[in-house]
Amino acid sequence: MIRVRNLESGYGALRVLKGVSLHVDKGEIVTIIGANGAGKSTLLKTLASIVRPRSGTILLNRAPVVRSSAETIVAMGCSLVPEGRHVFGAMTVVENLALGAYIQYKRGKKYEIEEDLPYVFSIFPTLLARKTQLAGTLSGGEQQMLAMARALMARPGLLMLDEPSMGLAPLMVKELFSVVRRLRDEGKTILLVEQNAKAALGVADRGYVLETGRIVLEGASRELLDNKDVQRAYLGKEYRKINE
Amino acid sequence: MLEQTVQYILSGLTIGSIYAIAAIGYNIIYNATGIINFAQGEFIMVGAMTAITLSAFLPLPLAILFAVIITALLGALIEICCIRWLDRPSVLRMIIITIGLSILIREAALHIWDEKVRSLRFFTGNEVSSVSVFGAHISPQVLWVLGICALIVVLLNVFFKYTLTGRSIRACSSDKMAASLCGINTRNMVTLSFMLSGAIGALAGCVISPITQTQYDCGTHLAIKGFAVAVFGGLGNSMAAVAAGLIVGLLETFSITVMPLAYTDAISIAILLLVLFFRPSGLFGNREAGRLKEF
Ligand SMILES: Nc1ncnc2c1ncn2[C@@H]1O[C@H](COP(=O)(O)OP(=O)(O)OP(=O)(O)O)[C@@H](O)[C@H]1O
Ligand SMILES: [Mg+2]
Repeated sequence: MIRVRNLESGYGALRVLKGVSLHVDKGEIVTIIGANGAGKSTLLKTLASIVRPRSGTILLNRAPVVRSSAETIVAMGCSLVPEGRHVFGAMTVVENLALGAYIQYKRGKKYEIEEDLPYVFSIFPTLLARKTQLAGTLSGGEQQMLAMARALMARPGLLMLDEPSMGLAPLMVKELFSVVRRLRDEGKTILLVEQNAKAALGVADRGYVLETGRIVLEGASRELLDNKDVQRAYLGKEYRKINE
Repeated sequence: MLEQTVQYILSGLTIGSIYAIAAIGYNIIYNATGIINFAQGEFIMVGAMTAITLSAFLPLPLAILFAVIITALLGALIEICCIRWLDRPSVLRMIIITIGLSILIREAALHIWDEKVRSLRFFTGNEVSSVSVFGAHISPQVLWVLGICALIVVLLNVFFKYTLTGRSIRACSSDKMAASLCGINTRNMVTLSFMLSGAIGALAGCVISPITQTQYDCGTHLAIKGFAVAVFGGLGNSMAAVAAGLIVGLLETFSITVMPLAYTDAISIAILLLVLFFRPSGLFGNREAGRLKEF
């Protein structure tokens, strides 16, 4: 689905990604975990062409992504749900969703959009009840749902989620992650960035560990969950416990 | 007495609605880009001047239509040449650029049209025809101005609320990154806002021209009034601009009854200063939103 080789990226003089390589195959849930400031959001923003890469190659569905704009990436079937939701606060839930379907409208797929609206409401029933509410007045969890629903309206093959669990209660996190699993079962590919490593590795097939702009570890989720370094650094277990 | 009051009210509403349209022009661009386009007044002047020139060869409605299109294209040209390539410019830089543009357009207009005062012909009737409203005799053009300004406001509302393109422009104003993540080409939406702003400015210039007449530098005056009104209503809020425009228009006309004529222009400037001192977010703007903006 997406292949990244030696990606370097940053802001101005600041180098954030220092040669990242990774791949996500069709139908997988892949997670990227890492500490604050490791460059996770920068990685996703670079993949979404919000931030321009300095060097390296990105292949999306085998097609190279070269100096393209964020809009073309969406049109190529890859949608990012950014960190911090970024819903259109002064617009209603339905207006937000209609904007999510912008490229579908441009392609003239009116019929599909009419199917997609009930579909996203079936995934997030809470949104249906809040259809005409302004997005800015939704709770944090509802805004996260709306941000995901909006991205789904573009019918992406690859959905990139940047810290969907941020600031949410454990129950809500569970609900969101079950949605992530459902989406995968329905044929979507998912790249999930998370602080909450335990929950993320619980849902993902594979994972990468990003540290200061470099991938330091990769493997199946099971392996990463059992890995001592990961346990210590990201799962909050202490040495003593691990050695017991 | 009643006739005179009606007369004042109608003429206040007439200039007020033109101020409102100028203010809406500011707001559209402000919402899309966060900048104040000080060349807004020149759109009004260019629209009217072009229509006057074209009306020599074309029927009036066509002349106005082409003038509106040409001014919209001028708006697009300005955006593409002077704004688009800037990477996150500072507010000060934008102000300087748009003031520069306004001077440039004014000078160009002076060369194209000289300094003569012109006016578009009356849409219906002529200078002396009048209709009577509650006993007051007014020019039918006043009704044209009120009608067309109201139409512009209604159409803009429908456009921004219900069409995909209108919603996309709003999306870009509220969150550029999120808009481009929806697949919207945000740069094109900015160009479109300049075109829209140019188009409504030109239309306003055309309807008002028979009453106030047009000269190469008449844009400046309207730009200042429009800006005062936009700030008075709360920058970015177009419906508030309508209310603010009508209030300023009425205040100006009624001030004639208590103050010398020469002071009318001081009214809007005084309002602008008072608003900036006591309520920088504008009459109807909320303080929160005011603080979020870039100035
Ligand atoms: N727009 C920006 N301009 C300049 N520097 C930035 C910008 N965004 C992020 N950075 C810097 O890039 C580095 C990586 O940031 P990034 O947001 O990618 O981290 P992250 O892994 O997503 O962290 P978190 O888990 O806290 O979200 C940080 O040092 C940050 O200060
Ligand atoms: Mg982040």
